Amino acid sequence: MNDLVRVLGITQPQVSKHLRVLREVGAVDMREQGRQRLYRLNGQALKPIHDWVKNYERSWSERFDRLDGVLKELKQEEEGDGGDK
Amino acid sequence: MAVTSSEAILTLPTDEQILVTREFDAPKHLVYKAWTTPELVERWWHAKRGQVTVVEIDLRVGGKWRYVMVADDGYEVGFHGEYREIVPDERIVSTEIFEGLPEGVSEQDAATVNTVSFTEANGRTTLTLLIEARNKTSRDAIIESGMEAGLQDALDLLEQTANSLR
Repeated sequence: MNDLVRVLGITQPQVSKHLRVLREVGAVDMREQGRQRLYRLNGQALKPIHDWVKNYERSWSERFDRLDGVLKELKQEEEGDGGDK
Repeated sequence: MAVTSSEAILTLPTDEQILVTREFDAPKHLVYKAWTTPELVERWWHAKRGQVTVVEIDLRVGGKWRYVMVADDGYEVGFHGEYREIVPDERIVSTEIFEGLPEGVSEQDAATVNTVSFTEANGRTTLTLLIEARNKTSRDAIIESGMEAGLQDALDLLEQTANSLR
C-alpha cells in the first residue's frame, strides 16, 4: 500500500478506494500478513483486456519495428556525412 | 526494469484515450524526421499489412495530412487530418479522421486529437503517442479496428497454411 502511494503520488485513501474496486472485480487478490495487506495482480482477470487491445497494439509494434529500420539508415547516413566533413 | 524497451506499450489512461509508448535507439531529430518525411513514412506506416499509396504531409499549423494504404487483400484504408501545433523535434498535435467510417457515424464524432512527443535521453528517444477520442464509443471502435486487422492476418496465415497442405 505504501509502495503504491509513493509510486502513484496519490493519497492512501485514494489508493484504498482503487484497490477495493479492483478487488471487487477480481483484478487483484489480497492477503493479510500481520499488519500488512499484500495485493497481487490477477492475470486471468486481466486477460480479456489484454486480448482486446493486443491486435491494435500489434499494428503499432509492427510500424515501430519498421521505423527502427528507417532510423538505423538515417543514423548511418548522418554518421557518414559527419565523416566527410 | 528491462533495459531494452523496444516493445510498444499501450495503456488506456482514461475512457477516451489511448497512449502508445516506444523507445528508439536514435536521437529525437531523426525520429522526428522519420515521422514527418513522406518517403520515410511510406516505409514504416504500413505495419507489414500492405502498401502505402499516399503520404501527404503539409507540416504547418492548419496544414493537412493524408495517408492511404492498400492492404494485402486489396482493401483500401485512408486517414486524414490537420496539424494544430508543431514544435520541431519535440511535439506535433494533429487531428485524425478514418475515411471508411460506417454509415451513421459522423466525422466529427469519430475524429481524434493525436499528440506525438519525442524525448531524448542518452541518444535514445522515447516516443509517446496520445490518441484522444471524442467519447468512449469512438475510442473503443479504434481499438477494435486493430482487432479486425489482426484477424485479417490470422485469416491470411490460415489461407497460406491451407494452401501448403494441398
